[in-house]
Amino acid sequence: MTDQPSAGSGEPIGPVTMLATPIRLDFDFTPGVAQSRFLRGLERGTFLGQRCPTCHKVYVPSRGTCPTDGVATTEDVELAGTGTVTTYCVVNVPFAGQSIEIPYIAAQVLLDGANLSFMGLIQEIPADEVRMGMRVEAVWVAPDELTPSLASVRYFRPNGEPDADYDTYKEYL
Amino acid sequence: MSPAAAGRTVRPVSIASFAQAQNVRRDDVHNEVEGLLPVIEEVFSTIGITKDDVDFICSGSTDYLIGGPFSFVMALDAVGVWPPRAESHVEMDGAWALYEAWVLLQEGKADAALVYSFGRSSLGDLGEILTLQLDPYYLAPLGPDIVSLSALQARALIDAGKASEADFAAIASRSRRDALGNPKAQVRQDVAVEVLLADDYVVSPLRRHALPPITDGAAAIVLAAGDKATRWSERPVWITGIDHRSETHSLGARDLTTSPSTASAAAMAGLGAGPVDLAEIHAPFAHQEIILKEALGLDDAVAVNPSGGALAANPLMSAGLIRIGEAANRIASGGADRAVAHATSGPCLQQNLVCVLEGA
Ligand SMILES: [Zn+2]
Repeated sequence: MTDQPSAGSGEPIGPVTMLATPIRLDFDFTPGVAQSRFLRGLERGTFLGQRCPTCHKVYVPSRGTCPTDGVATTEDVELAGTGTVTTYCVVNVPFAGQSIEIPYIAAQVLLDGANLSFMGLIQEIPADEVRMGMRVEAVWVAPDELTPSLASVRYFRPNGEPDADYDTYKEYL
Repeated sequence: MSPAAAGRTVRPVSIASFAQAQNVRRDDVHNEVEGLLPVIEEVFSTIGITKDDVDFICSGSTDYLIGGPFSFVMALDAVGVWPPRAESHVEMDGAWALYEAWVLLQEGKADAALVYSFGRSSLGDLGEILTLQLDPYYLAPLGPDIVSLSALQARALIDAGKASEADFAAIASRSRRDALGNPKAQVRQDVAVEVLLADDYVVSPLRRHALPPITDGAAAIVLAAGDKATRWSERPVWITGIDHRSETHSLGARDLTTSPSTASAAAMAGLGAGPVDLAEIHAPFAHQEIILKEALGLDDAVAVNPSGGALAANPLMSAGLIRIGEAANRIASGGADRAVAHATSGPCLQQNLVCVLEGA
């Protein structure tokens, strides 16, 4: 309605061609029992997954059930901070609120012992040297900066091990 | 074995099982999946089946309650859809998900279906959230909240000489007292009408008791056709008719003291083919029960909302499906032979679904 004379001006109002109705809603977030345990694990500097009692897959993080079997995951599994890059992308496009320099690498990392990969940054290696199968380890923030959030994991970096065999992660692409 | 009344059913479909979560003001321990999981487990285990025994899944929920996209996809983690199977979702109360599943069973494309719904009303500001269901051009920008709109409806009802504030209190008193027999209900209390009438107004003429509680909850139903219906139930509860109708989104164009969409849905569902023993009516605000009773043509001999109804627990997206489940349970246990269940959605009873149930 920006180009229209105001109703109080005495001039006729032309047809309304646009109406902006800003909407904002605020919500509380409830992570739930399983995800709370995962977040509390991050606060201690560990990755805590949960195992499905039926298919024995380990989800990290678990949302409380096995999506395949529809049963509760109850057994906690503490995972080492090492894993394999299953796939990745080089981010060259800046975006609003960006807190990291481009280009950077966002990768899916399959933690050792887990059956679900999750996204992490890869650093301490030139972008053009990152590859599928690369072995990495988590770099955590300082102990007094750990919080129940993924911000506790600064990034992953190469851990020097030889690349993983494709067969070990081909199910997780 | 076949439904007694004509209704509109072609293929007999039964409510084989029903389960609901404990209705609470706020569950801040479990996420949606964790809240739903025990309900899904119960709806299957009650009749000794597993997820592998249903060939269609349909859910009812809305992302506006959780504040995140595609929450219905995540909720499937509570079922475990492997191997893959046909699945659908409606952005409506679970009663409409049940309708979709019923249609599929009518077509013979499935023999059994899982229907579920979930919603946690406690995570955001319901007044603001429900305003966004209004017509986005003319009404929503004005920001009328659901309580104010319902109060306009209640006022119109009083002005039309159809009800009084004491009637609203009487409905609330009866609902809370009946809820004492429903361990899953949230507001359970033996409280006299006179006491309730001392409540403050929230928005005149609606006092606190005439409003539904804010409820976190979930519910599930298994529908069955063919052999499964008789195998899974000692006394199958048949859906003999089901229909849903909608009215204009323009509240100013409606007579808010009547519910013609409920009346036409009831006619299409064959409600008038015989008397009913009980009615489970989804009336979130007390005065809406009066409007709906009239639209359904119920006389005072019909027990209304023996579960306590939505005034005793109003889990958004589930409260309508729960009405169908509660009515079915009373028939299955021999407490009734023919019942009507009703679900509503939208402001001031905009959309209405009527389901007629009969015992074998
Ligand atoms: Zn599993």
